[in-house]
Amino acid sequence: MSAAPPAGGSPAAPPAPSHSWTVKVREAAVEALPPETVLPDGQPTYVASWIYLFGVASIASLIVTVVSGSILAVKGPNWWHQTGPGHFFNSIHLWSVELFFFVMVVHLWGKYWMAAWRGGRMRVWVTGAIVFLVAVPTAFTGYLSQQNFDSQWISTQSKDAINSTGLGSFFNVLNFGQMYGWHVLLLPVAVIILVAAHVLLVRNHGVVPPFELHERRELAGTGDGRAAPGPEAHS
Amino acid sequence: MDSAVVLAAVFNLNHPAHTVDWHFIHLSVANVVVIGVMFIVFFLAILLPFPGAAKRRRGSS
Repeated sequence: MSAAPPAGGSPAAPPAPSHSWTVKVREAAVEALPPETVLPDGQPTYVASWIYLFGVASIASLIVTVVSGSILAVKGPNWWHQTGPGHFFNSIHLWSVELFFFVMVVHLWGKYWMAAWRGGRMRVWVTGAIVFLVAVPTAFTGYLSQQNFDSQWISTQSKDAINSTGLGSFFNVLNFGQMYGWHVLLLPVAVIILVAAHVLLVRNHGVVPPFELHERRELAGTGDGRAAPGPEAHS
Repeated sequence: MDSAVVLAAVFNLNHPAHTVDWHFIHLSVANVVVIGVMFIVFFLAILLPFPGAAKRRRGSS
């Protein structure tokens, strides 16, 4: 609770610094991620291009993957193997993952050829690359968790490769319970946290501009790269 | 007729996968097709005009 200013005191006096940890966390969060930057009024005009859609397409397919996977986890293997709705959600889960990797790789290609690490966006690029690297074992453990001949074949074929790296001592692809735990909890949580960090960093630094526009901004001395509202912004 | 039966008649999967082999590269035809579609989508996304983009550029200049 903030104390009222004393009678006769200067109303313009700054408030005393709070020792509350919640206030400190809030102030640090607002300073690091200003609301007008995280949720801007509009994006620069150059974002109106098909190549800029593949990031949000990746997020959309990830949401479908997580929702369908959650339903599969609740219902269990007998349901997804032996019932019509189970087959349906099993297929939704598979094809949303296929779409996720499809659009994520096109997104990666687009950002690579834009050199999307420009303008202080190194962490944006690195978090995106790590998302891809973490998504691969997430999908791999999903193939191992199918509970059918396909998962048996993949696990027995991959065990030698994993064991040859030395990782097999704590990542046993023949251990269904362990692979299922990695697939439904640890790795998806990592992917979701990394995607959230990636999106917040994109919002904080702004979407990377095309080369020519970026160079013009550098020449004009305004190339801070943020998605600041201005004549280019549109809603 | 069951749609799965119809699809099975069109796409006979009762054989080993067809593969593309070139030196150390060993890919199934299905994966090659997907990679090819990814390239097509990538170049279309660059080349095709985005609806309303020109109008927005005119409005911002």
